[in-house]
Order: sequence, then C-alpha cells, then structure tokens
Amino acid sequence: MARHVIALVEELPPGSRKFLTIDERPIAIFNIKGEFFGLLNRCPHQGAALCEGPLIGLAQSSDPGEIEYTRLGEIIRCPWHGWEFDIRTGQSYCDPKRFRARAYPVNVESGSAVVKGPYVAETLAVSVESDYVVVDL
Amino acid sequence: MNVQFRPEPSASVSVKTAIADCDIHPARATATELYPFLEKRWHDHLEAYGKQAYHGMMEGPPYPKAQPNASRRDAWPPEGGPQGSSLSFMQKQLLDPYNVALGVLNPLASGQGLRNQDLAGAICSAINDWQIEKWTSKDSRLKGSIVVANEDGLSAAAEIRRRAGDPNFVQVLLLSRTVEPLGQRRYWPIYEAAQEIGLPVGIHAFGFGGNPLTPSGWPSFYIEEMVGHSQCQQTVLASLVLEGVFERYPKLKMVMIEAGFGWAPSLGWRLDKSFERLHSEVPYLKRKPSEYIRDHIWWTTQPMEDPERRDHLFQVIEWIGWDKLLFATDYPHWDFDEPSRVLPAGVSDANREAFYLGNAKKLYGMS
Repeated sequence: MARHVIALVEELPPGSRKFLTIDERPIAIFNIKGEFFGLLNRCPHQGAALCEGPLIGLAQSSDPGEIEYTRLGEIIRCPWHGWEFDIRTGQSYCDPKRFRARAYPVNVESGSAVVKGPYVAETLAVSVESDYVVVDL
Repeated sequence: MNVQFRPEPSASVSVKTAIADCDIHPARATATELYPFLEKRWHDHLEAYGKQAYHGMMEGPPYPKAQPNASRRDAWPPEGGPQGSSLSFMQKQLLDPYNVALGVLNPLASGQGLRNQDLAGAICSAINDWQIEKWTSKDSRLKGSIVVANEDGLSAAAEIRRRAGDPNFVQVLLLSRTVEPLGQRRYWPIYEAAQEIGLPVGIHAFGFGGNPLTPSGWPSFYIEEMVGHSQCQQTVLASLVLEGVFERYPKLKMVMIEAGFGWAPSLGWRLDKSFERLHSEVPYLKRKPSEYIRDHIWWTTQPMEDPERRDHLFQVIEWIGWDKLLFATDYPHWDFDEPSRVLPAGVSDANREAFYLGNAKKLYGMS
C-alpha cells in the first residue's frame, strides 16, 4: 500500500470530484461537504464507470407510505443500471452480500507531513505551506 | 454542480471475440434531422399540428425513466445531442470496444402509432431513409430495421415491399403496444409482406397504442412498466399463435425484443394445456401452440434473465433452444447488458458462439 498525494486541497472544493488513474487503477476522489472519499471507478456489477453517476440520498422505508430520505449526497448511483453504493464504505444497497464497491481512505495532510514521506506525489510539486489530498491504495 | 476532471480513457488493446448486438437504438440529434427525408408539406404539418398518438396528448415516455432519456449517463455524445445520436461516438463507445460485427438498429418513437396514418407512414419512411443515410451507409456493421405505420397494415406492407432486397435492412420492426393484439387481421398485410421479402419481423417492447401496459390498468411505477413489458409481450405472442398467423404465413420468423424470455416455457405449457381442451375453437391450428413458438420465435437477451441458480437459466434456454437467442445490449439505454457479464460459466463454446453471434448472422442472413 502506498500513500498518493493527488491534489492541493483548494483544487477539490466541496461538491467536486476528481478522476485519475493510479497504478493502472481508475480512481475517483470526492469532496462531499468538506469530507474526502475515494472509490474505484468501476462498478462491481457490470463494470461501468461508477463514479460518473449522480450522488443521491438513501431512501428507506419501514412500511408502505413511510419513507425516510437521509444521507443526502452520500450515495453514488451507477450511470448504467442505477445500483447504489455507500460512498463511505462502498457497501451496495442492491446486493450487499455479493457486491461491494472498492473504497479507499482519503485524508488531508499538511505539506510538511507530505514532504517527510513516505508518499508518492504523482505530478505535484509539494510545498510545506500547503495542504494536500492524500489517498491510500 | 460538480467540477469534474476526467482524463481520456485509454484505448483497450485486447481483441475481443466478435458479437452481434441485436438491439441498438439510434436517435436523432435534432428535432428537424428528419426533414431532408420528408416532403415540405409534412414539415409545415408537424409545426402547425404536431403528432397525435393513440396514447393521447403525450409523446412516448410519460415520466423520467431512471436515467436521462432512459439512457446511460456516459452515453452523451461529446458533440452534443441526445444519447445514441452520434455515429462516431457509438463506434467509439460500443461498436469498436465490444467488437460488434453486426449491429441491428431499432429506431423507437418513429411514427408508429400515430392517428394520422399518412403522417405516420411519411415519418416511418423518412426514418428508413435516415437509417441508410446516417448509419448503415456509413458503417457496414450496422443494419437497419424497416419501421412502418403499424396501425395501417396496407401502407405498412407497401413500405416493406418498397425496401425489398435492400441490403441496408435485416428486419421489419413493430412495437408491442398496439391498438389491438398483434395477431389480429388488420396486421396481417405486414406479415404477408415480410414473408414475401424474406425478412423476420421484430417486436420490440414499448409503443403508443393507447392501451394500458397491463391487462388490469395503468401501473403506478416505472418498475411496473419494466416488468410489464414481459406481460404485454405474452399477450402479443398468444395472439400471434392463436389467430393462426404462423399457419397463414408458415415461413414467417419473429423476434421478441427486450421483453425477456424466462416466461416462454410457462406460456407454452399453459397454451398447450388449454389447446387440448379448447381446440375446436381454433381448429385452423394444426400443431400445439408451443410448437409454433419454438419454430417461429427468436428472442433477444437484454435485459438478461438473472436467476439465483444458473441451472434454472439453462433449463429455460433448453426449452427455447440455444439456436433461438440473440445477444443484445440495448445501447444507449441505461439497462445496457455488458457482453462479458451476461452469460454464466458452464456454456459450451458452440452455444456461446451461437448466443453471441451465430444465431444472429443466420437469422439476419449475414453468414
């Protein structure tokens, strides 16, 4: 496992997502209300680019007519078949026993920490004054 | 609004086994894209009066269908226009990466089911010219479907005969939701013409006939419509068999498109059982209903049946015949089937080849 420095924090404002390829793996990084999340950009169902789908909420119901809509913006919906996955864990809401999206931890690290390493800075020149988005995979 | 940074996907270098895709939906990039193929009279008519469908005052989709235009979100062409409206993007996203050797175009919302039969016929004929001009003449892997004003059997038959022998077309296309069940006599001129020019008749789920999708009324949910296509197609198939269409047109081949196939054995059993007891009502049938189904019907696979146990799938296919299934993706629609993910393990090489390519080449005369 390596820690990859993928962006300056300012480059990924809330509501944005960044697509990149690390070690031949397609990855997407999301900033959702200031929190960062990473997912493999491949749906475990039929292989679509999962992270190009919309971020929606979680619709749950205990009884017909009673619907709770929560977790707004934390559920990714596949652009093909609409399968839904939890952005925090990769859990599938369609078939949790058989399928899980691959989730990667993403953190913000200070430039001084990043300079000490061990990190892989893809194409970024790292400066101690800045904060960086770092993904582990 | 999301800010997106996306690198260009790298081209796949692997060479995949060739497939046929028997359900591709080409779209118009603009509302006036058909005008070059329509007389000026109809441009003015469309702009003054629009199109009146049997469905009443609405076009096909009465509600958003899960994804924009019921299509994959990654299928918007980069040059603009709706999903499925760009040949170059279709080549890049579908035909090249999946090594599609034969792609059958099934234009929907094409003028079938309009109350103004002259307008319906003009639009359908324009769609057929447009398929040649925009698609099949530009990419020899693509073949068209002759669309017809299916509520006007005589004009439909004339359009079919006009296309006789044209290698741009490999089938006649009907939609399942018509004014009356498709076995009835008003539709027989279509079958007569198709048999005469030697093309199969595909019946695609969907349509504008004005009847509810289900026999018990209008459903509440899109998910009911998705499932209801199978129920609707069962009434279509029962009608075709019981009206004697296959006795009347013994060389006719038909394709059930996008309506499932898991129900075929059960419908066959039920028809046969009733036929044993009620034969005298339909004495022109010389064989058991299931025999007509097995001999005359082909089935596209998408959206593929996906039972928990694969042996159940294989049992259904055994009843239908491995020689009757035609792989389809339904591109660019959202319920696209990715070819490598569709068929479970445990299928012989010969059956696999038939499923993905051989059956389609044979049926559509491409071998």
